[in-house]
Amino acid sequence: MASRETRLRALALYKELHRLGREYPDPSYDFHGRMRKLFEKNRTLTDKDEIENALKLGEYIKNETLALYSLRKYRHLKRMYPPGSSSTTDSS
Amino acid sequence: MRPSPARLLNILVPVKRAVDYSVKIRVNPQQTGIDTNVKHSMNPFDEIAVEEAIRLRERLPPGTVKHIKAISIGPAKSLDVLRTALAVGADSAAHVVLPENAPAPEPLAIAKTLASYINLQNNDAAKVAKDGKVDLVVLGKQAIDDDLGVTGQMLAGLLGWGQATFASKVEVDVGRGEVVVTREIDGGAEEVRCRLPVVITTDLRLNEPRYASLPNIMKAKKKPVEKLAPSDLGIDYTPQLTTLRVTEPPKRVGGGKVGSVQELVERLKDAGITGV
Repeated sequence: MASRETRLRALALYKELHRLGREYPDPSYDFHGRMRKLFEKNRTLTDKDEIENALKLGEYIKNETLALYSLRKYRHLKRMYPPGSSSTTDSS
Repeated sequence: MRPSPARLLNILVPVKRAVDYSVKIRVNPQQTGIDTNVKHSMNPFDEIAVEEAIRLRERLPPGTVKHIKAISIGPAKSLDVLRTALAVGADSAAHVVLPENAPAPEPLAIAKTLASYINLQNNDAAKVAKDGKVDLVVLGKQAIDDDLGVTGQMLAGLLGWGQATFASKVEVDVGRGEVVVTREIDGGAEEVRCRLPVVITTDLRLNEPRYASLPNIMKAKKKPVEKLAPSDLGIDYTPQLTTLRVTEPPKRVGGGKVGSVQELVERLKDAGITGV
């Protein structure tokens, strides 16, 4: 954590990932534990580029998790409400 | 300087706190309904409705959509769902608070509540001068826990407004006061043109809702939430229907395998199925 700015970004990322991890579908996957280990592994970084890369990796994981959630939801809904089965009214 | 649009849109988005999509529904021990002691979240179709309201604001010329208000009718916990709507972009919210252990409100009562709320707003000259009338109501086509799918239509009937249901595409022409909606129907799609004001219900294929990021959730805490009691709107939530019993479908029995077409025919004959 070299500068105040990167520290704030890292904290914001941690909070965001923590909140996302609460809805992880597989209960046996220790999302919080892994996330914490990854953050702690990088806490002594001082090189600006390394910090930037670590933050980018965090953002990437966040986006991947979001994609996982939205795909899962979309697939479930698409299965429950397949196209062509919705309307029961006439098209008069 | 750009001339201001002749009409500004006020969008109302009713949202429901429904059983979460990932929960395996179970019948409760008394066989009177489903087990509601489970995770709840915003009905996915209502998420799509909120998203569409926000996208309309982004698509139309800036300032055309004056206000997006989310409204929910339910117990105190419905506030979470309203906060989510505020976090993704609604400007304010209204919460009609029902007693904690009241039975789930029926669609007609919900529609009457919404109609009453809208008429209170639209018929009050002072409110109209200040905020304008509600022109557009966008809500989900059905709730995933009861799959009734009637609230939007009932609301349109009560208000005397046009309705465009199962929308998979919405285009608004504010200048002409019209919407053109592509509807998902059996066998394909249908395009309808409706004059404003109108009620639109959303189909799954309309859009993909955005994620409420943590900074937006924090900002949403400052947005106003109006609290209302049923007596303010004069609605009686006593259910008109009595549920006699709710049971699960019979458990699936295992099938058997047959070795040949002959055997299949034999088995069918044994089961009593004869040729036509």
